[in-house]
Amino acid sequence: MNREKFKPFIGIWSTPVKNEAEKGAIRKFADAIGDPNPLFRDEEYAKSTRFGAVIAPPTFSKTFDFGEIPGLELDEEGLIHGEQYFEYNLPIRAGDTLYCSMRLADVYEKEGKLGNMTFLLYEMRGMNESGQIVFFERSNVIYRG
Amino acid sequence: MAHRQWNPGDGIGPLVKPSVSRTQLVMYAGASGDFNPIHTVDEFAQKVGLDGVIAHGMLTMAFVGQLLTDLLGSEGELHKFGVRFTGMVRPGDVITCEGRVVEVIQEEKMQTALCDVWAVTQNGEKVLNGQAEFAVPIA
Repeated sequence: MNREKFKPFIGIWSTPVKNEAEKGAIRKFADAIGDPNPLFRDEEYAKSTRFGAVIAPPTFSKTFDFGEIPGLELDEEGLIHGEQYFEYNLPIRAGDTLYCSMRLADVYEKEGKLGNMTFLLYEMRGMNESGQIVFFERSNVIYRG
Repeated sequence: MAHRQWNPGDGIGPLVKPSVSRTQLVMYAGASGDFNPIHTVDEFAQKVGLDGVIAHGMLTMAFVGQLLTDLLGSEGELHKFGVRFTGMVRPGDVITCEGRVVEVIQEEKMQTALCDVWAVTQNGEKVLNGQAEFAVPIA
């Protein structure tokens, strides 16, 4: 039943949103996860590495704005994160501009011990200014609404 | 950073994180932009049938990310990282992250390793299960 509700939105990429990977945001994220790695916070050290700048931790792209799928409204509070997958093509460096978008890739229903559950499979991607895909993500969320 | 030779069966970690605090959940909410009150407001969490707030799954995934980036240093690369969230993490929980190399592909200058990764609480409950692929220079 829920699948029918979400079906019209499957496959439509959101309009890409311009995001900047700010070094302060990267440091705050590293602080929040308690990761002292100097690559995420020490500019001078990071400059001496092949990256040439502070880079973001592997899950940092979750902080980006991926835009909205037109017309798709969800009560975020009712969502449970089931699975998360990242593919990395290029490092995210402080100062990078990324154009991020997402789509609802699939919706399926499963009978679980708590009754019928709806699974939403999202895909996200971030592109740099040269049009290269920097990262790709897949998120599987369980919708109980 | 000097790199080692990785072989199937090699262990990764453990990385034992300081216990998860409520302050950390608020910090993570702010840093990530995930303000779902299930992670910060006990009354809300209780309304949806929990005893109290639970940690963001992505916080636990970030802990396992640290397990991986610690071994990569500045020369290694993370290619793929995927997990399934299998349990809830609550304030006060001490999370231990570990992994095991499953397969290693030797190239001329790099070795690419596929590994299983996981995270457990102090009670031994597995809260995250996943896989990663990374490459580091040949030792």
